[in-house]
Amino acid sequence: MPIQKLLIANRGEIAVRIIRAARELGIRTVQVHSAADADSLAVRLADEAVLIGPPAASKSYLKVDAILDAARATGADAVHPGYGFLAENADFADAVEAAGMVWVGPKGDAIRVMGDKVAARIAAESAGVPVVPGSDGRIDDPEQARIVALAIGFPVMIKAAAGGGGRGIRIAHDAEEFERLMPQASAEAKAAFGDGGLYLEKVIARARHIEVQILGDGTRAVHCFERECSLQRRRQKVWEEAPSAVLPQALREKLCASAVALAEAVGYRGAGTLEYLYDDATGHFYFIEMNTRIQVEHPVTEMITGIDLVREMIRIAGGEPLRLRQDDIRRTGHAIEVRICAEDPAKSFQPAPGTVSALTVPGGAGVRFDTMLYQGYTVPPFYDSLLGKLIVWDEDRPAAIARMARALEELTVEGLPTTKPLHQLLARDAEVAASAFHTRWLEPWLDQNAHRLGTKETTE
Amino acid sequence: MTKQILSPLPGTFYRKPAPDKPNFKNVGDVVAVGDVIGLIEVMKSFNEVVADQAGTITGFPADDEEPVMAGQPLVDLG
Repeated sequence: MPIQKLLIANRGEIAVRIIRAARELGIRTVQVHSAADADSLAVRLADEAVLIGPPAASKSYLKVDAILDAARATGADAVHPGYGFLAENADFADAVEAAGMVWVGPKGDAIRVMGDKVAARIAAESAGVPVVPGSDGRIDDPEQARIVALAIGFPVMIKAAAGGGGRGIRIAHDAEEFERLMPQASAEAKAAFGDGGLYLEKVIARARHIEVQILGDGTRAVHCFERECSLQRRRQKVWEEAPSAVLPQALREKLCASAVALAEAVGYRGAGTLEYLYDDATGHFYFIEMNTRIQVEHPVTEMITGIDLVREMIRIAGGEPLRLRQDDIRRTGHAIEVRICAEDPAKSFQPAPGTVSALTVPGGAGVRFDTMLYQGYTVPPFYDSLLGKLIVWDEDRPAAIARMARALEELTVEGLPTTKPLHQLLARDAEVAASAFHTRWLEPWLDQNAHRLGTKETTE
Repeated sequence: MTKQILSPLPGTFYRKPAPDKPNFKNVGDVVAVGDVIGLIEVMKSFNEVVADQAGTITGFPADDEEPVMAGQPLVDLG
């Protein structure tokens, strides 16, 4: 049954994005919101809005009962969770379906399997997808550990099987160091956790983050090529691209085919992303996890393929089979997205909510700005700092970087500091231009360039 | 006139360092300049609220885990 009325269980720019897709499909929209978001753009754009609680997310956007009550009260027949909040909550997905509504996402059970790191690793391996080489479980016997370490290859990470939060982790660079560290690690694990069992995993030193976008209808799946998101700060992506500038075509085909195989193996329905580490020194890629939802950086894929991913996921949820065959999906040119956040790069990225006193949105060919900002909007302090995503497309990567620099120059957000100065520096950086980066490249770069991150716009 | 400690930031006020820990301060406690009286969460980052005046706490005009504005009184001092 096609969806008639869609409830958006999220806020911010992604709520606006979903409302737009729904409207284009002729679907009415219900925006649930906290007391702090009554003036939000999503509330203004939606056909209906329902207040579900006070500002704290735990009392509003995470309140399953309040959201389901709002859906019943407005006669919504479907729920879109966006990203974050309840998007990967399998129990919420089940509760929506149990209430007789459509969940715009994969089945709760698929979320459960792919959300569990060990289960996802097993599913990946059985679908023939390479995972980070490791001991596949705990090891107690030192002799066995030695054999496994040699098979994995150095450097090897030694972790406590019972551990967590980085405790008891040691890195051995060769067999000799391994011999020395193994007993230490085991003794420390026993002292800290009462369990000397260890787990071994290969260290991918200079990995790049590459992920594959897939769409599935429960039976068949297709890929929409890859994105590269190696520029990260505190494990948060700040600059994303499609395609990856460093992936050889033969490897791209292998990587994307592996993602489709895994998606089909778990009967995946909706939009999803398989994340990999890619070692460009060896040309190996390793599956790390799957995100069972739409992702923040989905627009770069939309720009190079021309596919509206949010609209497709709504159509699939409404019961339509996948409209696209793999051969229909082509990529052209290069797209880049940067995250514009309410943080002050000149003050160690301190979050800074405030009121937008003036706003100039960049325009022109190949430029898109997905945002919830408008002039006069007060950014509330209760949620994450993402204000918008500036996305550009151009014929090739150098042109896309030039276009990004031009679009950033046009963008002005007055009244609060933003991360725009960071992106302006990145767009002029020689190593960024050469795509010579990995997931641990940005943080030291930030330390070295801290003095250049303050501009007139970010200093009061 | 009663002295007050004001919130330096807009956000969510917490009186405890973690949900399973006791309050930083309670009514009747003596506060010295520099003491941490609570946390303000702003966009998922936690900032300590440090007393800029000394005195004995007579009340908390802002409740635990409630939204506050910058400049809003958090602590009354006698």
